[in-house]
Amino acid sequence: MAGYGRSVVLVDALRTPFGRSGPTGRYAQTRADDLVVAVLRELLRRNPQLPPEQIDEVAIAATTQIGDQGLTIGRSAGILAGLPRTVPGYSVDRMCAGAMTAVTNVAAGIGIGAYDVALAGGVEHMGRHPMGEGVDPNPRFLAERLVDPDALQMGKTAENLHDRFPHLTRARADAYAAASQAKTASAYDQGRIQRQLVSVGIRDAGGAWTLSDVDEPPRPGTTLAALGELKTPFRPFGRVTAGNSAGLNDGATGAVLVAEDVALSLGLTPRLRLVSYAFAGVEPEIMGVGPIPATEKALRKAGLSIDDIGRFEINEAFAVQVLAFLDHFGLADDDERVNPLGGAIAVGHPLAASGIRLMSYLADEFAVHPEVRYGLTTMCIGLGMGGTVIWENPNHDGGTSK
Amino acid sequence: MSATYELPAEVVTESKLRYVDLPRRGGRAALITFDNGHDHTKPNTFGAGGLASLELAINEVAAQPDLVALAITGKPHIFAVGADLTGIGSVQTRDQALAIAQRGHAVFSLLGDLEIPTFAFINGAVMGGGLEVALHCDYRTVSSGAAALSFPECFLGLIPGWGGAYLLPRLIGVANATKVIIENPLNMNKQLKPSDALELGLADVLFEPADFVAQSLLWAADVVSGQLSVSRRSLDDEATWAAVVSAARSAVAERLHGAAPAPMRALDLIEAARTSDRTTAYAAEDNAIADLVMSEELRAGLYSFDLVQRRAKKPIGRPDPKLARAINKVGLIGAGLMAAQLALLFVRRFEVPVVINDLDADRVAVGVAGIHAEIAKLLKKKRISQDKANRLRALVSGSVDKSAFADCDLVLEAVFEELSIKRRVFAEVAAIVSDTCILATNTSSLSVTAMSEGMPAPERFVGLHFFNPVAVMPLLEIARADHTDEVTLATAFEIGKKLKKSCVLVKDAPAFVVNRLLTRLMAQVTAAADAGTTPEVADRALDDLGLPMSPFDLLALVGPAVAHHVSGTLAEAFPDRFHTSPGLAHLVEAGKSSVWMWVDGQKVVDPQVAVAFGTGTTPWTATEVHDRAVEALAEEIQLMLDEGVVAAVQDIDLCLILGAGWPFHLGGISPYLDRSGVSERINGRRFLPIGVASVPR
Repeated sequence: MAGYGRSVVLVDALRTPFGRSGPTGRYAQTRADDLVVAVLRELLRRNPQLPPEQIDEVAIAATTQIGDQGLTIGRSAGILAGLPRTVPGYSVDRMCAGAMTAVTNVAAGIGIGAYDVALAGGVEHMGRHPMGEGVDPNPRFLAERLVDPDALQMGKTAENLHDRFPHLTRARADAYAAASQAKTASAYDQGRIQRQLVSVGIRDAGGAWTLSDVDEPPRPGTTLAALGELKTPFRPFGRVTAGNSAGLNDGATGAVLVAEDVALSLGLTPRLRLVSYAFAGVEPEIMGVGPIPATEKALRKAGLSIDDIGRFEINEAFAVQVLAFLDHFGLADDDERVNPLGGAIAVGHPLAASGIRLMSYLADEFAVHPEVRYGLTTMCIGLGMGGTVIWENPNHDGGTSK
Repeated sequence: MSATYELPAEVVTESKLRYVDLPRRGGRAALITFDNGHDHTKPNTFGAGGLASLELAINEVAAQPDLVALAITGKPHIFAVGADLTGIGSVQTRDQALAIAQRGHAVFSLLGDLEIPTFAFINGAVMGGGLEVALHCDYRTVSSGAAALSFPECFLGLIPGWGGAYLLPRLIGVANATKVIIENPLNMNKQLKPSDALELGLADVLFEPADFVAQSLLWAADVVSGQLSVSRRSLDDEATWAAVVSAARSAVAERLHGAAPAPMRALDLIEAARTSDRTTAYAAEDNAIADLVMSEELRAGLYSFDLVQRRAKKPIGRPDPKLARAINKVGLIGAGLMAAQLALLFVRRFEVPVVINDLDADRVAVGVAGIHAEIAKLLKKKRISQDKANRLRALVSGSVDKSAFADCDLVLEAVFEELSIKRRVFAEVAAIVSDTCILATNTSSLSVTAMSEGMPAPERFVGLHFFNPVAVMPLLEIARADHTDEVTLATAFEIGKKLKKSCVLVKDAPAFVVNRLLTRLMAQVTAAADAGTTPEVADRALDDLGLPMSPFDLLALVGPAVAHHVSGTLAEAFPDRFHTSPGLAHLVEAGKSSVWMWVDGQKVVDPQVAVAFGTGTTPWTATEVHDRAVEALAEEIQLMLDEGVVAAVQDIDLCLILGAGWPFHLGGISPYLDRSGVSERINGRRFLPIGVASVPR
């Protein structure tokens, strides 16, 4: 099995409940950095064995790094959260894979011995920072045809994916989306989502305090019929709808990464053990296929095959992009190893925050299923990339079930 | 009594009701947010509208059987700071006052009557009625970021009469309650910190501000589920209760001599709180509030509060601040104690180079070393960091050569109070500094105009009169001389603002405001002693005013020599009303620092002083001393107003409150002189119309 020097484990991952973006969204009155602060403080509260002064790094991702997501948020949120001043921090950006990159960055640092303990996180308040805010694409992108004009609009890249794989129809996408909503509702019924959340005190539009303690985006009871009625905003007679895509969301996530030996000496319980990771580039106008080469690369580095993977947490930016992945690896649309707790189509996708949401879901699955040995978290990334992290279940009981 | 009384111009604090699921499946709870729709600079208060909104919210909660708890919190940084004072000041009759007291009790009592547990999440500043809301709840969490917690009522002339006087001693013990309700308000309205509130038992638990509401809800969930139980102290025993109340009564009597009724009324309520039932106690609070709202002392207190809160922040006669020049280097002439204090103040607030100058190199060295020592003290007390101390130390320098002032933007003199000396140093300085440098004097009694007359740039002269101790006293009298221009004056006000002083514009008249009035008062007391009144009688004759210190204690603080010098200046200017006291002159000659000395812990008249004071043959009675003193004040104030020393009598009151520490219950002094009939007796009219700082009739 592959290794990165010292063994790296994730000992905790949690998040704020996700909100729907916009002026009437739950977090419209709440700052992005305050969401990060809520996550960091809860991580420390849940892991009292971890002395805060032993944290070597805080890496926080945000796609739009201005305003309340600017000011080197890994450092500023650390100060706001009350971390010791001796704990450094920085910002990370890889669009949707921000938090995933924050995790792999600090994990690599732990692997080579630069850190013992690090916090990683991500935030996106898409209500305060709509996609593309303040960007200034170089005119050469289009003038020299470096990318297709569609490459910067994620919905259009998803439509392009339907073109590339005509057998991935809207009907299959809608069916997948309905299942995501149903699985999310079921996970909520079992209390499996709630335990991954930190409740956040927020002020509502009327100025009153209230508590954000469950996700706002899910639409339980979503039917295929209802999904079929939805418009295709990116293309007339297209296939991508608001129903078979993740929405525009606000939220923050965070995780504690520790060298395994240090985790054991501190009495922290490993929940995911890093096996390998990889990022890969693809054509920007079909960025949704990114997880495929990234996963192949990560598997190769791990010396594993797709058959070794017992759980898949794939970000559902668009249903079609998940279907392309499943199709490529010969997995059924409804394979029960894939996103068993539902995914972003239901729960939301606050861009740079989502990577750790996937890890949190996987950790919950690993705890419930000790017979599973390996799992992966993967996601597509804007401008044509994919990222995959392969994890081993520290609770693995030696069983062979995948 | 009348029906409910509508308070005018109320910014209504709404009770915004929402519902939350308590963490850990704790059930559904109501969460009220106090919010008046403004930011923290306009805090939540309770008038008729605010109370109605709270009542509505509580009633809605009471009507829902499925709720497991009610919690109340405030908009960011503020819980609630009590009753709407604008409303209280406009109350016309005792019945209206009684109605306000009863209404607050009625609404807050609804909280206690709810069957579900109630919580106050004190997220920010909480005072008076706001704290009483919290006391009516079963449990209290407090944010470590809450700026201040207090019952300021006795400071203003009221009592915590919406349940505070009854509930607080029962919750935190009679000694703690006496400290919070009586001692702190009388100690310059001292505020509690959140950690104090926790220690006193006023709050059950302290959470950090970052996630205060969420953590408070989590704590509440554990209390509701029974996972957490909160222990409370038992009621203090009868003997303790009586002893504490009795000691507090003595302390209040010693301090106020009956000058302000509120603290004693509060003590009556605290005394009864041990055995009283709620209904009886609240009725007693209602009556106390009604009496006090209709008291002259409270009206003077509200007037004083307004002067300090509003008039002091927008000084009358201040030119457009945009005219002010920047101050990037300060020169101080003199290396004595006053100059050193001023240097320290300027270097701390401006953080620019400060040069002290004296003819004597040793005095300069001692002066700089003294300032450095003060900086070291600040560092030791952790008031400043090591880096800041290094920075401040490096900014302070000394010179025997006035050429060091060449690039100063302000040169302030604090040399001996002698016109010729001051004129000589200013002539030297004026020849060196740039043509934009402000030339200021800290004279306490000399004419600024006379100082600037014939100088190259008289328009850049201004008086900046600070009070001792310079770091503590909040007043700065800004004296405009005949030639002072708008730019200089605007700069003077900006200097005051940056020094965090409250500025009052005064005319360049002898001794300005505070020293002129204190000297006039002192002249009566020393005249009485010169005439044969014993120092004890003369000094205690004004006790019933409740001044911060007696005249002879003040004399000791100022120093007999300084007082004698100022009285000399004023006697020269106004020989018909001021005189120099032979007894005081004797005191100065004998090198005495006080009339009093301590023998075996007893304050007695220094026998050498007794030779001069109290040996005359025509002693005054205490009443005569008192009456002549207050009459002299009334006369002098009217003359000052006629001379245009200040824009209005309000400025005189403000000066006395901030510069001499004169109490709120006197309203500075003019409300007292009006209500005691002295103004009309001496001047034929009141200083302020009825109702401004007095009970409307």
